[in-house]
Amino acid sequence: MQFMLLFSRQGKLRLQKWYVPLSDKEKKKITRELVQTVLARKPKMCSFLEWRDLKIVYKRLYASLYFCCAIEDQDNELITLEIIHRYVELLDKYFGSVCELDIIFNFEKAYFILDEFLLGGEVQETSKKNVLKAIEQADLLQEVSKQFFD
Amino acid sequence: CHGLEQGTGVERRGEGVELEEAEGCKSKEAEIKRINKELANIRSKFKGDKALDGYSKKKYVCKLLFIFLLGHDIDFGHMEAVNLLSSNKYTEKQIGYLFISVLVNSNSELIRLINNAIKNDLASRNPTFMCLALHCIANVGSREMAEAFASEIPRILVAGDTMDSVKQSAALCLLRLYKTSPDLVPMGEWTSRVVHLLNDQHMGVVTAAVSLITCLCKKNPDDFKTCVSLAVSRLSRIVSSASTDLQDYTYYFVPAPWLSVKLLRLLQCYPPPEDAAVKGRLVECLETILNKAQEPPKSKKVQHSNAKNAILFEAISLIIHYDRWVTPPSGAPPALLLLLPPPPPSVLKVAILAEKYAVDYSWYVDTILNLIRIAGDYVSEEVWYRVIQIVINRDDVQGYAAKTVFEALQAPACHENMVKVGGYILGEFGNLIAGDPRSSPLVQFNLLHSKFHLCSVATRALLLSTYIKFINLFPETKGTIQEVLRSDSQIRNADVELQQRAVEYLKLSSIASTDVLATVLEEMPPFPERESSILAKLKKKKGPGAGSELDDGKKDPNAEMNGGVEPTASTASTPSPSADLLGLRAAPSASSGAPPSSGNLLVDVFSDSPSGTAGLAPGTEENFLRFVCKNNGVLFENQLLQIGVKSEFRQNLGELRVHCSQLNVQTKAVEPLVEGGAQVQQVLNIECLNDFTEAPLLNIKFRYGGTLQNITLKLPVTVNKFFQATEMQSQDFFQRWKQLSLPQQEAQKIFKASHPMDSEVTKAKLLGFGSALLEKVDPNPDNYVGAGIIQTKALQVGCLLRLEPNAQAQMYRLTLRTSKESVSKHLCELLSQQF
Repeated sequence: MQFMLLFSRQGKLRLQKWYVPLSDKEKKKITRELVQTVLARKPKMCSFLEWRDLKIVYKRLYASLYFCCAIEDQDNELITLEIIHRYVELLDKYFGSVCELDIIFNFEKAYFILDEFLLGGEVQETSKKNVLKAIEQADLLQEVSKQFFD
Repeated sequence: CHGLEQGTGVERRGEGVELEEAEGCKSKEAEIKRINKELANIRSKFKGDKALDGYSKKKYVCKLLFIFLLGHDIDFGHMEAVNLLSSNKYTEKQIGYLFISVLVNSNSELIRLINNAIKNDLASRNPTFMCLALHCIANVGSREMAEAFASEIPRILVAGDTMDSVKQSAALCLLRLYKTSPDLVPMGEWTSRVVHLLNDQHMGVVTAAVSLITCLCKKNPDDFKTCVSLAVSRLSRIVSSASTDLQDYTYYFVPAPWLSVKLLRLLQCYPPPEDAAVKGRLVECLETILNKAQEPPKSKKVQHSNAKNAILFEAISLIIHYDRWVTPPSGAPPALLLLLPPPPPSVLKVAILAEKYAVDYSWYVDTILNLIRIAGDYVSEEVWYRVIQIVINRDDVQGYAAKTVFEALQAPACHENMVKVGGYILGEFGNLIAGDPRSSPLVQFNLLHSKFHLCSVATRALLLSTYIKFINLFPETKGTIQEVLRSDSQIRNADVELQQRAVEYLKLSSIASTDVLATVLEEMPPFPERESSILAKLKKKKGPGAGSELDDGKKDPNAEMNGGVEPTASTASTPSPSADLLGLRAAPSASSGAPPSSGNLLVDVFSDSPSGTAGLAPGTEENFLRFVCKNNGVLFENQLLQIGVKSEFRQNLGELRVHCSQLNVQTKAVEPLVEGGAQVQQVLNIECLNDFTEAPLLNIKFRYGGTLQNITLKLPVTVNKFFQATEMQSQDFFQRWKQLSLPQQEAQKIFKASHPMDSEVTKAKLLGFGSALLEKVDPNPDNYVGAGIIQTKALQVGCLLRLEPNAQAQMYRLTLRTSKESVSKHLCELLSQQF
């Protein structure tokens, strides 16, 4: 995977994960163009599209949030669709029925969960349990530290 | 949903309110104002006298990050973030790492500090800290980090006491570093241990390791080749596991789909395994995958089928990869033939999927032929009928199909279905490759006949039909083929069908004139029914409810045939060919077997209300042009109907059979090749009174789903249809050529070739155009010379043509000389568009 973007129906970027080195300027340009392209898609259109020399796999959540992945030509797009689904499941489990606000106000959690699931653009851990265990550990540590150090 | 993090209580809520304010800002200016206020606040806090405690630092760094992600640039806070790295509180470290991975800074002092912090965390032996550090390296992947850590990471990866979660992260971290700085990653000593990770107990470790190995082995395949057998056993274990075995790694009843896909990708980096045991295991694996693909789904959820299909597609990619590898062009037996017998219905699904996802038809032809080659036994009739249907309906892929089946037939151990498909396709389109001496008519015949005695009765019957088609296409083979037909094994064959065919074909070839033979054995017209018979078969299986969604609209076609223009008898070029177009042959001949809704068909041939106001239907020009050099084909198709035309011309008369087929109907199989559907045929008789340039228009009106639909098409009647080929000797040609030397009698055009400049195809087109092809007239053998006479009621126009190709420039020069200026111009125009 080259990058993953999460954005709202209004085109506001909620999460951006870049797995290839790009300058800030390039990132902004790609984001702008791709967001425009995906937002222009009609509901019945296919989840896959070709954009520049990449394949874009996207999924719309609750009609308000778009999850968008860019993969290379030889990558398997069907399984990428399931990567998105899995990530949503993880967020769902953690936040208890995730919505856009969760991702806004707990953006760092969204990133941490993503890092446990994907790393360097590749799938790392597909067990839901294991991913969430790692995240909950952090919360636990915080809990503990609050009790002892405050 | 809750917007509150557990355990942070009040503080977070406060922060949340501020953030919410920023979010809720009505205008961009208000938002910027609010943001700037916050930034100023944070700046002052950072510069303040009191050293901030870790918790506050974390809070403000987090806010800065949030503001950055909103889209505002941040130019401070890095130092504070780096400070957080050295905290021994996990969440503070976490935020610090997140900040510096998102806001990468190239300040060398900062980089030094960051690398230092990472080093400490890597050495800490605390798995969660180590993971944080590894994630950071993987996220940033800078050259400086690679320099600092590239040698450390492999060590962590293969160390015995490394925790699973750390191993996972280390593998992918190493992968990232390798991608950006391959020169800095020392692999040599770690290679075998990295490969060994494929055997790890922890699925997550294996998942990460496969990605790493797949990338590394591309540069050093030999170093990693031991991964193949390990990958196969891993895949085998996954694929044969019950859904409860892999527990949390089962995704909607599909065991470890991501890992399966990755393993299949890894295997595509290597040739098929040589070791018999490994090969056997792999074959079983692939068999299982293909089997599972056609089993009834364990879950209705789309995730289940997506995951299953993702694996299926990757498996097919692997099979195709192996096939290319194992089958060198010389035609050695494809070992894969022996490897893989998948059961029938999965092949059916693959064929449907291939058609659905086909990017272009030559790819589709390749895929189906590959399927036949690999899984011939299980390719049902529907599948190979379908590929023939498609090849016949699409002239752009006919030459390619002929070439491909010809090559496929070269294989010594060739599946019978391949012979069937090959026999049929060569019988129809063998002429397209006959120009090449390697695939000359006799070579084609011998190739097919060499398989004859190996085939079943049904296939032999098909081959006999091909033989008679060959006699028609290639008169030079007549003698040889007649010998075969005459032989005892054919005409005294025990099987009645074979005997009958041999006898009748023999007789036909001896008594029929070339004309009659040509008519009888004319090229197969395009199939009108667009719905795939394969799909129909599947639908049949699923039951009546699985019909198309459109069949509730009662089709009520009310076709109107309309000449559209006035006929005249003047010598100037006129639009319409004939007044006969209106009002003759009143009774339309409707074809049988149509479902009840077509009983509403009304054909009003007497109407002369011009409805040519409707513009031409889109895409018809292309179809129309295709008819210039051939008489049969599809004139128009959309989702509702298909209009095909079959025409015949003699002198100045022509007969067009226009058939309209209604599509998207619940079909019942009438015969396998042509699925039943409402079809209406209209016969038009045409007389050419004079030369003309405009084609007559056909307007079709019908009612569908309550609305009136209107389609206007150009009838494929062009003046060259009345072209009678004329043979003549070289000196006659040049005499006439000189006689037509007035400037207005010549039309010339130089144009770029828009199709491949294949000599056989060009000749076929010229013949299809109606011209005779004169050999040995032009001193340059590459040029084409033709002659003919346009037959109209009023006059006859002699035409000579010369087509000069320039292969290097991919261009042609076409010269037409006729006794009539308008004819020269128009013919030149028409013909130049065909190449």
